[in-house]
Amino acid sequence: MSFPLLTATAALPAIGAIATAAVPAARRTAAKWLALGVSLATLVLAGVVFARFEPGGDRYQLTESHAWIADFGVRYELGVDGIGVALLALTALLIPFVILAGWHDADPLETNSSRWRPTQGFFALILMVEAMVILSFVATDVFLFYILFEAMLIPMYFLIGGFGDRAHAGSDENAAAQRSYAAVKFLLYNLAGGLIMLAAVIGLYVVAGSFSLSEIAEARANGSLEMATSTERWLFLGFFFAFAVKAPLWPLHTWLPNAMGEATTPVAVLITAVVDKVGTFAMLRFCLQLFPEASKWATPVIIVLALISIVYGALLAVGQRDIKRLIAYASISHFGFIVLGIFAMTSQGQSGATLYMVNHGLSTAALMLVAGFLITRRGSRLIADYGGVQKVAPVLAGTFLIGGLATLSLPGLAPFVSEFLVLVGVFSAYPVAGIIATVGIVLAALYVLVLYQRTMTGPVREGIGGMPDLKVRELAVALPLIALLIFLGVFPKPVTDVVNPAVQHTMHDVQKKDPQPEVEAAK
Amino acid sequence: MNPVNYLYLAALLFTIGASGVLIRRNAIVVFMCIELMLNACNLALVAFSRMHGNLDGQIIAFFTMVVAAAEVVIGLAIIVSLFRSRHSASVDDASLMKL
Amino acid sequence: MENLIALLVAAPLLGAAVLLCGGRRLDRAGHWIGTALAAASFVTGVVLFTDMLGRGAEDRALHQHLYSWIPVEGFQADVAFQLDQLSMTFVLLITGVGTLIHIYSIGYMEHDERRRRFFGYLNLFLAAMLILVIADNYLLLYVGWEGVGLASYLLIGFWQHKPSAATAAKKAFLVNRVGDMGLSIAIMLMFTTFGTFAFGPVLGATGDTSEGKLTAIGLMLLLAACGKSAQVPLQSWLGDAMEGPTPVSALIHAATMVTAGVYLIVRSGAIFNGAPDAQLVVVVVGAVTLLFGAIVGCAKDDIKKALAGSTMSQIGYMILAAGLGPIGYVFAIMHLVTHGFFKAGLFLGAGSVMHGMNDEVDMRKYGGLRKYMPVTFVTFGLGYLAIIGFPGLSGFFSKDMIIEAAFAKGGTEGWILGSVTLLGAAITAFYMTRVMLLTFFGEKRWQPDAEGHEPHPHESPKSMTIPMIVLAFGSVFAGGFFSIGDRFMHWLEPVTGHDHGHAPVSAATVTAATMVVLVIGVAIAWAMYGRKPVPAVAPRGSLLTRAARRDLLQDDFNHVVLVRGGEHLTRSLVYVDHTLVDGVVNGTAASMGGLSGRLRKLQNGYARSYAVSMFGGAAVLIAATLLMRAV
Repeated sequence: MSFPLLTATAALPAIGAIATAAVPAARRTAAKWLALGVSLATLVLAGVVFARFEPGGDRYQLTESHAWIADFGVRYELGVDGIGVALLALTALLIPFVILAGWHDADPLETNSSRWRPTQGFFALILMVEAMVILSFVATDVFLFYILFEAMLIPMYFLIGGFGDRAHAGSDENAAAQRSYAAVKFLLYNLAGGLIMLAAVIGLYVVAGSFSLSEIAEARANGSLEMATSTERWLFLGFFFAFAVKAPLWPLHTWLPNAMGEATTPVAVLITAVVDKVGTFAMLRFCLQLFPEASKWATPVIIVLALISIVYGALLAVGQRDIKRLIAYASISHFGFIVLGIFAMTSQGQSGATLYMVNHGLSTAALMLVAGFLITRRGSRLIADYGGVQKVAPVLAGTFLIGGLATLSLPGLAPFVSEFLVLVGVFSAYPVAGIIATVGIVLAALYVLVLYQRTMTGPVREGIGGMPDLKVRELAVALPLIALLIFLGVFPKPVTDVVNPAVQHTMHDVQKKDPQPEVEAAK
Repeated sequence: MNPVNYLYLAALLFTIGASGVLIRRNAIVVFMCIELMLNACNLALVAFSRMHGNLDGQIIAFFTMVVAAAEVVIGLAIIVSLFRSRHSASVDDASLMKL
Repeated sequence: MENLIALLVAAPLLGAAVLLCGGRRLDRAGHWIGTALAAASFVTGVVLFTDMLGRGAEDRALHQHLYSWIPVEGFQADVAFQLDQLSMTFVLLITGVGTLIHIYSIGYMEHDERRRRFFGYLNLFLAAMLILVIADNYLLLYVGWEGVGLASYLLIGFWQHKPSAATAAKKAFLVNRVGDMGLSIAIMLMFTTFGTFAFGPVLGATGDTSEGKLTAIGLMLLLAACGKSAQVPLQSWLGDAMEGPTPVSALIHAATMVTAGVYLIVRSGAIFNGAPDAQLVVVVVGAVTLLFGAIVGCAKDDIKKALAGSTMSQIGYMILAAGLGPIGYVFAIMHLVTHGFFKAGLFLGAGSVMHGMNDEVDMRKYGGLRKYMPVTFVTFGLGYLAIIGFPGLSGFFSKDMIIEAAFAKGGTEGWILGSVTLLGAAITAFYMTRVMLLTFFGEKRWQPDAEGHEPHPHESPKSMTIPMIVLAFGSVFAGGFFSIGDRFMHWLEPVTGHDHGHAPVSAATVTAATMVVLVIGVAIAWAMYGRKPVPAVAPRGSLLTRAARRDLLQDDFNHVVLVRGGEHLTRSLVYVDHTLVDGVVNGTAASMGGLSGRLRKLQNGYARSYAVSMFGGAAVLIAATLLMRAV
C-alpha cells in the first residue's frame, strides 16, 4: 500500500494544532513559530500533492479507502480531482499568510487580566480549521464530507466569538456582545443548513444504499440507480440549501458581514477565502454530480439568485461605512459570480468558477489582510476615520490599491481571467444573465475606488499622520500574495491545466455540451 | 363473589389516591396517597390474576411491593431531610426547580 | 524580426516595474531610466518600421505568438501580437510622442518629490497602450484597454492629496468601466458568434453571420469607444481629467489613449462595414460630440479644459470619419496622427505657460504672454494654426479630407454630415483663436495671489521647449508629408480598405467652404476678444455660455440621476438588507426565543402541577387507546 499522502496532508495540521495548544502558556512565541512551521510543512505536502496529480489521469487520484462505520456503509474514502487539488493548494497556501498576519492578534492585552486571550488556542484553532477544510476537499464519501462540513463550524465559532477585532467602535462590553451575536448567528445559520443537509444525506443513503460518491455516481451514470424525479429534487434542495448558506448566496448571506466584521481580519480571511469555498466546491462536486437532472431543473432559479447576489452585494458594498463589512459584501458579490459560473453548465463557466474560487481567495486575502494592517494602526474600522494614508504610508496604500484592483478584476491580475471566463460561459448559455452580470464589474470599480479614495487620498486626516508604513512581517504577507495575483493573471495555465479535465468530467456528469458558436453551427 | 367488584374497588382507591396527590400539600399525606395508588394497582393486578387464572399478576404485585418498600425508604428520607432544612413538609415550598 | 515586437512592450514594462518597485534609491536616476526605456521602445519601433517598408504592401504584417494565455475547452486566448501598418502607425505615434513627453516631464516635474513614480506610471501607460495596439485578439486588446485606464487613473490622481484630483481619477475610471462593459460584451458576442475573438478569424468571417449580430457587436464596440475616447454620452470624465499633470493631459488625454476608440472602430472595420445601422450610430455620436466638445471649448476659461473640449471635438471628427466606413477610415487615422502632434504640442505649450505662471490655469489671468515666452508662443501658435486648418499645415489636410469624406457619404446624410463638420470647423477656429488671444495677446492681466506672490512669467527650460519644437515641426509638416501622392492612404489601404464615395461637390469647393468658415470663426473671435480688453472676471454670459461652462449640464444630469439616485438606492438597500432580509433571520430567532419563553412557564417547579399533567397525559393516552379499539 502506498503512502497515504492525502491523509498526511490533512493530519499534519491537525497534529500541529494539538501540539500548538499544548505549548505552555508562557512560551507564546514558540507556539506561533510552531504553528507557522506546521502550516509551511503542510504547504510543502500540498505542493507534493499538486505535483503528483496528473491532469490527464483518472478522475480521482491518490485515493485511499478504509472501512469506518461498517454497519452504515460509511467509509473513510479520499481522493482528489482537479478541482479539489486546486482548492487544497489554495488552502495550504493561504494559511501561512493568515497565521503571519494574525501574529499579534491574539496577544494578551498588557496587564488587564480580564481580557487575556489564549494565544496558543488561536493558532491551534486556525490549524484545526485548515485540517478539516483540506479533508473536506478530498473526501469522496458523502457522510465523511458531511461530518467535516459540520465539524469545521466548531473551531470557526470559537475563532469568531473568542478573538474579536480590537478596533471596535463601541465599548468593550458592546464589542463582546456584537461578537457573540456574530458568532452565534454564524453557528446557527450554518447548523440549520447542515441539519437539512443531514436529512438529505440520510435520504440519499436510503435511496442509494451507499455513501460512496464514486459508487453512487457510477450507478447513476449506468442507470442501475433510478431516482424518482421528485426524490432527486428534494435531495438536491437539501444539499444545495446547506451549500448556499455556506457560499453564501442571497438571501442567505446576512451572517457573513457580521462574522467578517466582528472577527479579526485573519479570521475574516479564513471565513471568506477558505471555509466558504467548501460551499461552492460542494455545489460542483455533490449537487451536479449526484443530482444532475435536479440541478438542471433548479438552474433558472439559482441563476437569478446568483445575479441578485452579484448586483445586490455590490450595491450594498457601495453603501457600507465599515471597511470590513464592505469587503464582506464585495465577497457576496463575488460568490454570486462563482455560483453563476457553476450553474451556467458550460466548460468556460465551470473552469472559470473553479479558477474564481482560487483567485478570489488570493485577492480577498490581499485586500483584507492589508486592510487589517491599516485598521490595526488606526484602531478603527470606519472609512470616515481615514484619509490621506497614501501620503504617510505609500507602500501600504500601494498594496491596498493592488488588492483593490484585483478585487475589481483588472486585466493582468488573476481575478480577471476567472471573471471573464465565467462571464463568457454564462453569456454563451444565458445571454441576458451574462449582460446583467457585467454590470457587476462597473459596480466593483465603484466600491473599490470609493474605498480607496476615501481612505488613501486627500489631505492627511487627524490620527493618520505619523502612521508607520508596512513592516517586514506585513510585507512578507502582502508581497507574495501580490506576486501570485500577477503571476496567475499573466500565466494561469498551471491552474487551468489541472482544472480543465475535472470540469470535463462534471460536464459529462450533467450531460451538457457547450453551445456551438453560431458560425460553426451554421456550417 | 364476582372479581370485577375488586376492580371497582381498585379504581376507587386509585382515584382517592390520585386526588390526594393533587389536592393535599403535606408531603406525608401525598406520600401516603401514592402508596394508596400503588396498592390500588396491586389489588387490580391480583384481581386480574384471579380472573385470568394465571400467576402473572400476582408476581408483578410482588414486584410492586418491593419497589414500594424501596420507595418508602428513599421517599421518607427525602421528606425528613426536607423538613429538617425547611421546617415545613409542604410540597409547594420545594419549588426550587423552576427557573 | 517579429521577435522584436515583444520588446516594444517589454522595455516600458520593465521601466514601470523597476521604477515602481525600486524604492527611494532610484529617485535620482528614475526619470532617466524611464525616458531611456521609452526611447528604447521608440527605436525598436523605428527598426521594425524600416523593416516593414522593405517589404511589399501585402506581406507587411508581422505576427508573434508568445504563449497560450487562457486555455479552456473551446476557449483559446493567446498572448500574441500582430504588427501591421495600422498598428505600426500607432506604435510610432505612441512611442514617439511618448518619448518626447518623457523628456518634457523631466523638466516639468523637476520639483515634485514623487517624480520617479510619475515616470513609472508613464512607462506603465506606454506598455499598456502598446499592448492595446499590437494585440492580435480582442481579449488582449482588452488587457491594454483597461491597462491604459489604470495608468490614466493613476496619473490623473497623481496629486492625490488634492481631493479634486482623486475624484476626477475615480470618475475617469468609472466612466471608462461603463465603456469597458461594452467591450467585454462585444467580446462575449464574438465568442458565441464566431467561437473566437482573434482579429483574423473574426474579421474574416463577418460574412457568415447575420447583420443583427454584427450590429449588436458594433454597438457594443462603439460603447467601448465612447468611454475611452470621451464621446457623448460618456464624455464627462475628460474635462475633469485635466486635474492630472499637464504632460499626462498631453500624452494620454490628447494624443494617444483617447484615440484608442478610433483605433478600435477602424480595426473592427469589417464588422462595421457589415452593419450599416451601427455605422449610422457611430456617425451620429461623432457628429454630436464634435459640436458638443466645440461648444464646451468655447466657454471654458481654464486653458486645459478649453483644450480638453477641443480634444473631444477633434476625436468626434475621427469617430465620424470612422463611421463613414471605407470612405473615412484612412482619414480618421490620418487626422488622429496629425492631431497627436498638434494637440500634444498645444498641451505642452499650455503646460509651459502654467509652469511660468505659478500653475495658474485661468486664461483671463494671462494676457500678453508672447513677450515673455517666445518659444512657447511660436510653437503654440503653430499648433494653433494647424488645428484650425490653416492652409498648408497638418490640420488643413487631415480635417479637409474628413469634411470631403463626410460630403462623399452621399445623399441627405452626406449633406447633413458635411454641414456639421463645416460648422465644427468654424467653431474650432473660434475657440482656438480665443485661447490664443486670451493667452498671448492683449494686456497682461495677472495679479499677485493671496500671499502676495506675483507671477514672473518666464520661458521654460530646454528639456521642455525641445519637445515642443519637435511637435511643432510635426504640426506643420506631417499633414503635407502624408498627403503628397496620397502616401498615407496607400500605406494604410491594405489594412483598412478605401473607397472614394460619391462626392456631390468638388474637392476644391469643399476646401473653399472650409476656408470661408475658418475666416468667419477667427473674425468673430477677434471681434469678441481681440479688439477690446478682456475682463479678468468672466461675465455672466448667455444661457448657452453658462450651460457650456458647466459642460452643457451633463455633469448636473449625472449628479442628480446617477450619483444622487445611486446614493438613495444603496442607502435604501442597506436599510432593506438590515430590516427585511436580516429581519427575517433575526425574526425567526426572536420568535423561537419567544416560543420557548412561553413553554418555559409550564415548568413552574410545583410537583403537584407536574402530577396533574402526568395524570392528564395518562388519561388522554388511555382514552386514545380505547377510542382506537372502538374504531
